[in-house]
Amino acid sequence: MTILAYLIPISLIMGGLGLAFFIWTVKTNQYDDPEGDARRILSDEYDDKPKQ
Amino acid sequence: MTATMRPSASACPACSAAPAAEALAGNGECGANIALSLPTIHCSACITKIEKALNADPRVHSARVNLTLKRASVEADEDVTAQDMKALVEGLGYEAHELDPGTLNATSNDRAGRNLLMRLAVAGFASMNVMLLSVSVWSGAEDATRDMFHWISAAIALPTIAFSGQPFFVNAWAALKKRQLNMDVPITLAILLAVVTSLWETSLSGEHAYFDAALALTFFLLAGRYLDHRTRAIARSAAEELTALEVPRAVRLRDGVEQTVAVAELAVGDMVLVRPGGRMPVDGEIIEGTSEIDRSLLTGETVPVFAGAGQAVSAGEVNLTGPLRVRATAVGADTSLHRMADLVAIAESGRSRYTSLADKAAKLYAPGVHILAGLAFVGWYLYTFDVRTALNIAAAVLIITCPCALGLAVPAVTTAASGRLFRRGMLIKHETALERLAEVDAVVFDKTGTLTEGTPELTNLGDLKRSDVELALALAQGSSHPLAQAITKAARAAGYAPARVSDVSEVPGYGTRGIADGQEVRLGRASWTGAEGLAVTATFLQRGEGAPVGFILADRLRTGAEEAVTELKAAGKQVYLMSGDTTVAVEALAQRLGIERWMAEALPADKAARVRAMTDEGRRVLMVGDGLNDTAALAAAHVSISPASALDAARVASDIVLLGGDLSPIPSACGTATSATRRIRENFRIATIYNIVAVPLAVAGLCSPLIAALAMSASSITVSLNALRLR
Repeated sequence: MTILAYLIPISLIMGGLGLAFFIWTVKTNQYDDPEGDARRILSDEYDDKPKQ
Repeated sequence: MTATMRPSASACPACSAAPAAEALAGNGECGANIALSLPTIHCSACITKIEKALNADPRVHSARVNLTLKRASVEADEDVTAQDMKALVEGLGYEAHELDPGTLNATSNDRAGRNLLMRLAVAGFASMNVMLLSVSVWSGAEDATRDMFHWISAAIALPTIAFSGQPFFVNAWAALKKRQLNMDVPITLAILLAVVTSLWETSLSGEHAYFDAALALTFFLLAGRYLDHRTRAIARSAAEELTALEVPRAVRLRDGVEQTVAVAELAVGDMVLVRPGGRMPVDGEIIEGTSEIDRSLLTGETVPVFAGAGQAVSAGEVNLTGPLRVRATAVGADTSLHRMADLVAIAESGRSRYTSLADKAAKLYAPGVHILAGLAFVGWYLYTFDVRTALNIAAAVLIITCPCALGLAVPAVTTAASGRLFRRGMLIKHETALERLAEVDAVVFDKTGTLTEGTPELTNLGDLKRSDVELALALAQGSSHPLAQAITKAARAAGYAPARVSDVSEVPGYGTRGIADGQEVRLGRASWTGAEGLAVTATFLQRGEGAPVGFILADRLRTGAEEAVTELKAAGKQVYLMSGDTTVAVEALAQRLGIERWMAEALPADKAARVRAMTDEGRRVLMVGDGLNDTAALAAAHVSISPASALDAARVASDIVLLGGDLSPIPSACGTATSATRRIRENFRIATIYNIVAVPLAVAGLCSPLIAALAMSASSITVSLNALRLR
């Protein structure tokens, strides 16, 4: 059962990382233009400094 | 320190020179913020092409295209106007319209939606983790292991509920303060009681803890809230875009110099220039110029009215032929356009009496649940004299009956239905509009601008002599007057060629004249051409001193108007026509569309009074209108629709906005609304059945956290799936 001492923190930390990542995407306006972002990736223009 | 280092500051010399100006501009932005609507963009090539062209302009600081909203936002130097940017984009071959950035502010930053999404994400994360721990408890974890799992669950659940549950706690508190019960009261009680009893049980090394149930409850209910919010946010943003498309600007004359200013800056006594085709920005008096004005949006009259010096005009009227100088007598909130808002406010007090299906359900449900839980507590306490058991069972009852599925029942259906109607070009602005639309049994249409497009078409072309039509075409083709344009269009379509006429000139307010075969020819108003005025819209052609020939015009029907009326009648609804136009014009249209009940020359108050009278007779009225004269009636009706071309005031007063020019989606929208309401009721029934099955178990004390979790998830999923069946 000592394995639980490792597994539970590990699962919580990994879940927490996912949550933090999601919150970061919301905070940085990444859902403002889903359609445009999906198309922009197909653009031939290579931009070294993409605008926010 | 960082503020002065920002590159945006150095890009604008004015800002770095005057830090105070930067502070005033907010966020360190300086220069012009321009928003453009780009309805025709659709691919990545469009995005790059437009962005490249905009950024290539040296005055532009940055430009970004949003494909989802079909919008471009441009930051540029102070002296750049939206017109420049519009011309630039139109040069690339895309349609572009200016948007008023002030009106759009609210949409670009949807703080409430983001807030809900964040709470939803936290609740989802926590409920999944706690559920994993709970599964191991259900599958047989015992003693110290079980206690540890419960304590970890508590450590996750407590902060999560404190954060994610806030919307419910706030709403419940607000309702309780007003001594009312809403859906959030049983929700809050269930969540809090579940957490408290679970903590107590855990501290006593008990077997059952409901942390997972409390979190799942929060998660499902937040999902419902978020759906609800999104549907409304989409509608609100589209409605705001319609408003932002009308940039309120006026040309002010000061010491003979023309200045384009925002309408809000105008003051009483200012001299305003209104060009042909422009809308009056203020109430005022004409000082100079003759023209004709179109008052159809205000009164429903289709015949343009002569306008000359000394005459009073009101905001919202459209100037047709000649430039007018107007001295403002009332501006902003004092204009007749805004005074109409009082009528709307009176009419709206009636609508707020409508209770939504969800509120009706909550009214039945909330007290029932509390009484049931209370009885379970008292019963078990008297039976065992053990507060712990009794409290445990009361918590189980509250969790099982908690309106998890009920919270999803309405938003899931309205989201599905609103999305479907949005694709058909209807914008559902009000949350209960669908439910009210489903109850409609009488439909009242406005005439001008609603059933008709407000643009005239020539009706008696077949009765006219070829030479007359050719002459009229020659006189009309240079004019921008709607009647002249209608004649030009009809004559060209029929293959007529313009006659030879020299010295054609337009006399604003009267018509056009020219010289043909050595004699003067005139096309214009009856009084100017020596004709007897007719009751219908008409313009006259006079050759020298000869008898004038009448060109009769009628309003063109809006696309889908006939289908809409026929289908509504076929669906068993009574159709009415109410207009401020003349009796002749209204009767003609009523006969053309087969509407038996009509009312002409109606004042705005008449319309509202008639709608209210019909409501008192027990009818549920759907009002479809576009003008200022309809706003009071729109607000008084059970539910109201206005086309996108309507005045802003009318769109604000109505629940649903038709985005296209087509009226035919109205009957099918009624159908969709009816089936949506049916689905909502079905969802309530499904939720009730789950409760009927699970509640006896809970009251009998047989309900384990596992059964609670199963019942809750199963009912929520069934309800959501049922909502998706909507056609």
